[in-house]
Order: sequence, then C-alpha cells, then structure tokens
Amino acid sequence: MQNSNDHIVRSFDKELRTIHEIIIRMGGMAENQLAEAVDALVQRDSAKAEMVRAEDAKIDALEEELEAAVVQLIALRQPVANDLRAVISALKISSDLERIGDYAKNIAKRSIAINQMPPQKSVTSIMRMSRLVQEIVKDTLDAFSHSDKDRAIDVWHRDEEVDEMYTSLFRELLTYMMEDPRNIGACTHMLFIAKNIERMGDHATNIAETIYYLSTGHKLEGKRPKGDRTPFQILSAEEDNGEVEI
Amino acid sequence: MDMQNFKTREKAAMAEPKIIARDVNVYYGQSQALKSIELDIAANEVTALIGPSGCGKSTFLRCINRMNDVIESCRVEGRITLEGIDIYNSGLDPVLLRARVGMVFQKPNPFPKSIYDNIAYGPRLHGIASGKDELEATVESSLRRAGLWEEVKDRLDSPGTGLSGGQQQRLCIARAIAVNPEVILMDEPCSALDPIATAKIEELIDELRENFTIVIVTHSMQQAARVSQKTAFFHLGELVEVGETDKLFTSPEDQRTQGYITGRFG
Repeated sequence: MQNSNDHIVRSFDKELRTIHEIIIRMGGMAENQLAEAVDALVQRDSAKAEMVRAEDAKIDALEEELEAAVVQLIALRQPVANDLRAVISALKISSDLERIGDYAKNIAKRSIAINQMPPQKSVTSIMRMSRLVQEIVKDTLDAFSHSDKDRAIDVWHRDEEVDEMYTSLFRELLTYMMEDPRNIGACTHMLFIAKNIERMGDHATNIAETIYYLSTGHKLEGKRPKGDRTPFQILSAEEDNGEVEI
Repeated sequence: MDMQNFKTREKAAMAEPKIIARDVNVYYGQSQALKSIELDIAANEVTALIGPSGCGKSTFLRCINRMNDVIESCRVEGRITLEGIDIYNSGLDPVLLRARVGMVFQKPNPFPKSIYDNIAYGPRLHGIASGKDELEATVESSLRRAGLWEEVKDRLDSPGTGLSGGQQQRLCIARAIAVNPEVILMDEPCSALDPIATAKIEELIDELRENFTIVIVTHSMQQAARVSQKTAFFHLGELVEVGETDKLFTSPEDQRTQGYITGRFG
C-alpha cells in the first residue's frame, strides 16, 4: 500500500515537492542576502555589497520559476483542500521572500554609499537588529518546511521585538543627526537600512500567517503585537539649552 | 454576493430542511450499504454526494424516492422525511412520492416516443394538465426550462432517441420537471456527456435550483465544486463529512475527505 500522504498520480507529488523546494531555496537565499548585506556594511566592504546586488536577480528568477510552476499545477491538476492551500501559500510566500531580497539589495546599495563616509556608530545596533531578523526568517522557513503552526505563531509574536529595536534605533539616529548635521547624510541611509530590516520582519510575519493558514485552513485571528511607535513620534529640539526631546 | 442571492440563501438557511434523513441504514441481503446516515437537505439548494465507487452515495440517493423498493434484497431502516412526512412509514404512495421527487439517470433514457410525448407522458399519467392546450403549454415550458425548446421546437414529433446525448439528457430533465416535482435527484447526469453538453447541464442545474431542490451524485469533484452549495462525502457506507461546498474543498475537517478530494485514495 502506498503512503496515504502520496497522491495516486505520483507526478502530482513531484510537482508539489518542486514548489516546496523552490520556497526553501528562496528562503535560504533571502536570509543569506540579509546577512551578507549587513556584513558589507559592518566590514565596509563595497565589493561584497556589489555581490549582494547581483545575487538578488537569482531570487527574482526563482520567484518567476515558482509562479510558472504554480500556474501550471493549477491549470493541469486543479488542486483542492490542502494541495490548493499549499500552492496558493507558496505563491504568497515567494512574493514575501522576493521583497525580503529586494530590501537586502537596497541595504547593499546604501552600504556602498555609506562606505564613502566616516564610520557610523549605529552600525552595531543595525547588526543586532539584523541578527534577530535573520533568526526570525530562519525560524519562519523551518516552520514552513515542517508545516509547524506553533512555530509560525512564535515567529509572529517575535516581530514585536524587531519593531522595538527599530524604534530605539530611530531615536539613536535622530540624536546623532542633531549632534552634528554632517551626520545627516549617513544617518538617513542608516535609518532606511533599519527600516528595510524592520520591513523584512513584517514580511516574515506575513509568511508566518500564511504558514498558519496552510497548516490549519484557518486565518490566524487576533491583532499582531506591534512595537514600532515611530509613526507617532514628534520631534522637537530646544535650541536654548541644547536638550533634545524625542 | 448580491442582495437577491443573499436573500434566497438567508431564506433557505432559516427554513426547515426539505429532506431530513435520520439513522438511515440500508442492507443488500447481509451486507450493509449505508451506516446510520444523518443528513439534512436544504430547499432550493444543490447538494452534491461524492465518494469512491461503492461508498453508498447512489444507494442514499435512491432511498430518497424509494427507488430501492424494486430491489428485492434491499432493506431500508431509519427515517427519511420530505417536508416532515416520513416517506417510508406513512402510507405514502411511492408513485406519488416519485412525482414529487423526480429522477435523472446517468445514461439518458428517453422513452421510445416522440419528444412531445416524452414530456407529456408524466402530466397525462398524473392528470396534471386538463386539456390539450394546457398540455402543450406544459410541454413547452418544461422544454424551455430545460434549455431545449429552441433546439427542438420544430421537430416535436420526431423520436426523443434521435437527439444527441446532451440533448437527450436535457429531455430527461424536462420530462422530470414536467410533473412539477419539488426535488430532483440526479445520478451522475453528465458522466456520459462531452464537456460542452456537461456545461449546459451544469448551467441548467444552477437555474433549476431557484424552483427545485436538487441532489446530485457525481464522480467529478470539480462538478460537485462547480454546481453545489453543500457537499456530502460518503466513504464505506458512512457519511464522513457534510458542509458548505466552498469550505469542504478548501479546508475539509476530516482526513478521509481531504485524502479523497485531493486524489490520495479512492
């Protein structure tokens, strides 16, 4: 007797596996791109940054490959139930991963610009934030490869930490900019880099929601905890005593 | 969803089920074909019965208009009610029951008569039409509702068996609705038809549900997904799962349902 998880038509299983594997590969690449981009920033290594920029095309190509596979599978197999959820989820996850790749590429570009300016103190904070997001992306992929809804929920909650780090980095960078307007150029780049990393966390959260749907057939209910308070922040500088209020 | 559609659905949800089956057990001699089936069938909806061969879905369909009566070894236990009336134990005449619960079979089976007489047969038998004019009107309206009128209006005297397979099946549907039934049972009505004829029947089923309650047995899961509002999955004589069709095909509750509809067993 065949395994009850296998389809009667075996090529169907093969196609689903292919789609699954593309996601795993894309995920691994996106995670790696983030690590490399931040490395390029920390080590002030523009050559590495250029490599990250070039590498992004591979993630884009994988996304296209996945889209083609999904379209073909839907057309030829008319998947239903968990199979349907698997292909729709793959499509959504791949676009999240592709965006994560884009953000990594953008970090790489900005690091090339920053490398031409004096070293930045906030690099350490960026590094910490990036490590956390790398872990989250990795855990998200693990949750995906095991269809593990509990791990997906865990990841979903951890994005709050990223948001909090981003909020504190935002304050830190504002302080540097106020200290010395010559920092503004580099700090703006750093702020965008931090925002990029924060957005990557959001995409990982999306993926976690998709994994939950994939494995249960239900939407993840409830409001996601959010720690990014920067949209509500008001800035005022007291020129008289040089004190800064954020 | 538009308002009209919403209202019809709301009405259907509030109303009593058209057909209620409780603890229905069916035996062919020693072997049990259906095990304690409990199913509500809502009015003005299409309910699809799916499941692998031998799962009991056709047996259940045939219980609803007592078609199993003619099989000698067949024994039906339990209760099936049509608008609250027990169809097995209330002294209801099976012939009258079948006028209220019509049936369309897998293979189109027109009578070896003219197209006109195929439709007129039932109304004549049940004395539904009084006079020739009314009978003619019934024939025309039945053919129109079955989407066949335009194709056959000029040759009502030619034999029904001379039509194409798809036309014959629509003729059988017209014949079924000519006696004004409340429920139409369809046993794999499209399995002998090409995709175009199938699409026409499916379109027809969707139109018919405004006035009739439809129960359809189909081997095509795509067809069940396309035409029905509720789907019931049978396996080894049991009703495994019944629910909204869109839910059943996206996130079924039972592993067996999932395995079957995704093509993992059957």
